[in-house]
Amino acid sequence: MAKVEQRGTLSQEELRDFFREMLLIRRFEEKVEERFRAGELPGFLHVAIGQEAVAVGVCRALEDGDVIASTHRAHGHTLAKGTSPNELMAELYGKLEGCSHGYGGSMHLYDVERGNMGANAVVGGGLPQITGMALAFQLRGEPRVAVAFFGDGATNIGTFHEALNLAQLWKVPAVFVLEDNKWAESTPEKQHSPIRDLSKRAEAFGMIASKVDGQDVEEVYKGAKKALDHARSGKGPVLLHCDTYRLHGHYIGDPQVYRSKEEQQDVREHHDPLTDLRAKLEISDEEFADMDAEVQEVVEASVEFAKKGTDPKPEDALKNVYA
Amino acid sequence: MPELSYREAVRDALSRAMRQDDDVFIMGEDIAEMGGSMGVTQGMLDEFGPERVRNSPISEMALAGAAIGAAVQGMRPVAEIMYEDFLTLATEQIVNQAAKHRYMSGGQVTVPVTFRTQGGSGWSPGAQHAQQLEAWFVHIPGLKVVFPSTPTDVRGLLWSSIYDDNPVVFFEHRTLYGIKEDVPEELEPIAIGKARVHREGEDVTVIATGRLVHEALAAAKQAEENGISVEVVDPRTLQPLDEEALIASVKKTNRCVVAHEAVTRMGFGAEVAAVIQYGAFDWLDAPIERVGAKFTPLPFAPAMEEWCVPHANDVLEAINRTVARNSN
Repeated sequence: MAKVEQRGTLSQEELRDFFREMLLIRRFEEKVEERFRAGELPGFLHVAIGQEAVAVGVCRALEDGDVIASTHRAHGHTLAKGTSPNELMAELYGKLEGCSHGYGGSMHLYDVERGNMGANAVVGGGLPQITGMALAFQLRGEPRVAVAFFGDGATNIGTFHEALNLAQLWKVPAVFVLEDNKWAESTPEKQHSPIRDLSKRAEAFGMIASKVDGQDVEEVYKGAKKALDHARSGKGPVLLHCDTYRLHGHYIGDPQVYRSKEEQQDVREHHDPLTDLRAKLEISDEEFADMDAEVQEVVEASVEFAKKGTDPKPEDALKNVYA
Repeated sequence: MPELSYREAVRDALSRAMRQDDDVFIMGEDIAEMGGSMGVTQGMLDEFGPERVRNSPISEMALAGAAIGAAVQGMRPVAEIMYEDFLTLATEQIVNQAAKHRYMSGGQVTVPVTFRTQGGSGWSPGAQHAQQLEAWFVHIPGLKVVFPSTPTDVRGLLWSSIYDDNPVVFFEHRTLYGIKEDVPEELEPIAIGKARVHREGEDVTVIATGRLVHEALAAAKQAEENGISVEVVDPRTLQPLDEEALIASVKKTNRCVVAHEAVTRMGFGAEVAAVIQYGAFDWLDAPIERVGAKFTPLPFAPAMEEWCVPHANDVLEAINRTVARNSN
């Protein structure tokens, strides 16, 4: 992964690199949808198509040693944090070569070496632990930050409020990244929250909130950088509110009976972060085709890698229960 | 040999670990200036300071979760959950998170966290401050469950729990905090998963936990006057369980009583009974007797509370039943 400059300004080249990674995540997830529909992938799968700019913008702003906790919609975060497509795809196929060695699956992606401390299938489940990881960094005087991803639906659960309260009280180096995609599964924001601006939730704890356009990777990157700097310097945690869109359903195969065809089409046409960035970078059709072919090759190779992976023996289920 | 109360023994284990190891720290509600609602952490703030003796808000999910998070990053936190009943508020983090991280990550994550908690009947605390919920946590793969009954055991086992690389739910019984015992000058760690035979006997084995260990010892004394020789065994650790020691004892005595303060239905004694009937079926001369609380929330009025939970006489009656069952 190319290291970007500290100042927060991004060169065209760096932005192109971000674009390529967002495209890789997109193609990876489209492939996951395809393979799931073909009946090859077990489990419950949730794609974050439309939210690639948040994953890439935040993870590119992290320093070595920073850690993340992810959600059930974790493929993008995992790839952006540095796990190879091969290891991720192998996990989705339930293979020993997978990033969780076949014990986790799509909703429990881990890669501790790269600072991914686990995707969580309980909404809000990772937040208190991010506060605790940040506390460990603070107690040891390490210049590291712990980052939690979560959706707008999670801002209603107790762990969100308790974790943010404690994080601010103890001024631990944490950043809470709210991926506001407007939906808690099938429930729209207006049905799950009495307030429209969820960044205001931070005010209850005296926590700084910063709001960015989650479809603009440059803006996410800059916002994340600033939030991380703030946390790292000992000034306390930040709530980073990323306004984003979930272009597909809650899960693969979700008929989305809860939202109109017109709305589905509208978000795809007007809120796709890849479309916007491609236009901004003036990527020609030819250049895009080359990049796309290269990315699709990586994704295809990950499927091949996964299919050739090792199936765990049934009795391997008894390993890893205790240290 | 110094004499320590159960309360002081807990404090001693915490303090010794914190003196030798910067990675150990404690957090919980009212544990700093107040020294904990049971006085267990009294004086520790003065010695270790507020960074390592951390008062937490009344916020069990965050308290438990933050302890897990710090543990995942290599520290060895001990979180005090003021009353066992409040474990219910932290259960999501303990059951779905602490118990599962190692497994779901395929062995990448280690969670060396200890959750200390206490409960039990005895002072009319009522239905929300006295439950005995240890059996719930034994049902969760990935957790270890410890329930010591003496100052020596609580000190040695808490030490081992702090230094275990797995999440441990550590149960203390409120009425035991005052009991005293001579303990070795140097702290001797006690291995998790080893039962203790408190008293050897020939006729009946009583397998008891927590407060009921002491009730069983009192019952054994009375039984002895009637010519019945009772062996009292405390598993001390409920998960992992020292099945071998329990089975060996029953193979010797041929009769078994299981006793705990928690309600009998689905109590830990049910699991012990299953282990014994399978491991010592051909040796049993009588059905396994079970002693536990009546199936009701704990009532407030002392007369009702007293009647609901088991005492030495309940253990003695169970001993007598199992002996009467067989006279060959």
